[in-house]
Amino acid sequence: MHPTRKRRMIGLLVIIAGVGLASAVTFYALRQNMLFFVSPADIAEQQLPMGREFRLGGLVVPGSVKRAEDGLAVEFQVTDGSDSVTVNFDGILPDLFREGQGVIARGSLETPERFMAREVLAKHDENYMPPEVAEALEERGMHYRPNNDSEGG
Amino acid sequence: MNRFMLFFHKLGSPPWFYQFSGRLLPWLWTVFLVLAATGIYLGLVKAPPDYLQGESARIMYIHVPSAYLSMMIYALMAVMGFIALVWHVRISEIMMISSAPVGAMFTALALITGSLWGRPTWGTYWVWDARLTSELVLLFLYLGIMGLYAAHDEPRKAARAAALLAIVGVVNLPIIHYSVLWWNTLHQPPSLTTGGSSIHPSMLWPLLVMIVAWKIYYIANLLDRAREKLLDQDRNKRWVADLAHGDKT
Repeated sequence: MHPTRKRRMIGLLVIIAGVGLASAVTFYALRQNMLFFVSPADIAEQQLPMGREFRLGGLVVPGSVKRAEDGLAVEFQVTDGSDSVTVNFDGILPDLFREGQGVIARGSLETPERFMAREVLAKHDENYMPPEVAEALEERGMHYRPNNDSEGG
Repeated sequence: MNRFMLFFHKLGSPPWFYQFSGRLLPWLWTVFLVLAATGIYLGLVKAPPDYLQGESARIMYIHVPSAYLSMMIYALMAVMGFIALVWHVRISEIMMISSAPVGAMFTALALITGSLWGRPTWGTYWVWDARLTSELVLLFLYLGIMGLYAAHDEPRKAARAAALLAIVGVVNLPIIHYSVLWWNTLHQPPSLTTGGSSIHPSMLWPLLVMIVAWKIYYIANLLDRAREKLLDQDRNKRWVADLAHGDKT
């Protein structure tokens, strides 16, 4: 290889390595701030301050959804498998809001177990299938989860 | 020199590139039209609705291929930019800079369709999670590369400056790809992975057809743009004059 070209190539590779390393270090330092939501287990572990706004994410516990007789107020449990938090919300829920589905609620803690949500978003998972397939799987008591290695939810 | 290397060396010669791409283009556009029509028909008519999202899941037949291409094109631009900077191959510079508008279009398309899908599915058009933000950064990188190129008078120096920006911006690609695995995001993890797919086959096939259609579109659009740029840069050269006079070169 021509010496000039070799020099240019080494220069570029050094730039790529430098930029890569710099961003890796930056993102490593910011890893806590990069999280879009925290899980109920994080709340139990970290003692988050009351009244501070943040996002809570997890699955809606099946059978825990209680709707008010009048109005839009709703209460449900959000779990990550180990801990769970009660969420209160007064507003319009997204279409995909279901028991057993993932949700992300923005709001703040009133007590360590009660979360007052100002906004509730539904989290979709990576599975796509026709309704008939979902029904057939449901009947056999199975849940369609081919990607067990990814976190899903 | 083996035949493969000879092909690449020939591709570096402007008249040969112009002639070769001119013969390829009608085929590429035909294949694109057939595949896109098939993919859209399969996706919008034949494929079943999703069990949870219903009909709005069909947005993925545009969204997923666009997002895929937005990253693939950027990666290719970085490779072409690397070749342009190290070996100063002019065709490589032209191909790199001609890729930027197509890449920017696919990025914008991925962001817009994703936002339209997000409203009924998540309940919001936009959130600042790691996946959405890094994809928006990708759009700004494309626009930055185009702006940097346009700001310079000398096209070859401009292309090399833009190539450097393209190479530096490559760090964003793993961030986009792994954002949904490294951090908690509202966006779901990938459905298509090297390990397989979590999309039912009846919905997967239209998606794969659309991805191939978009790839062909990129190649055809890129070659069209590159040819135009090449003619513009070489307008005082002999081979262009010969071409204008109808001689076969």
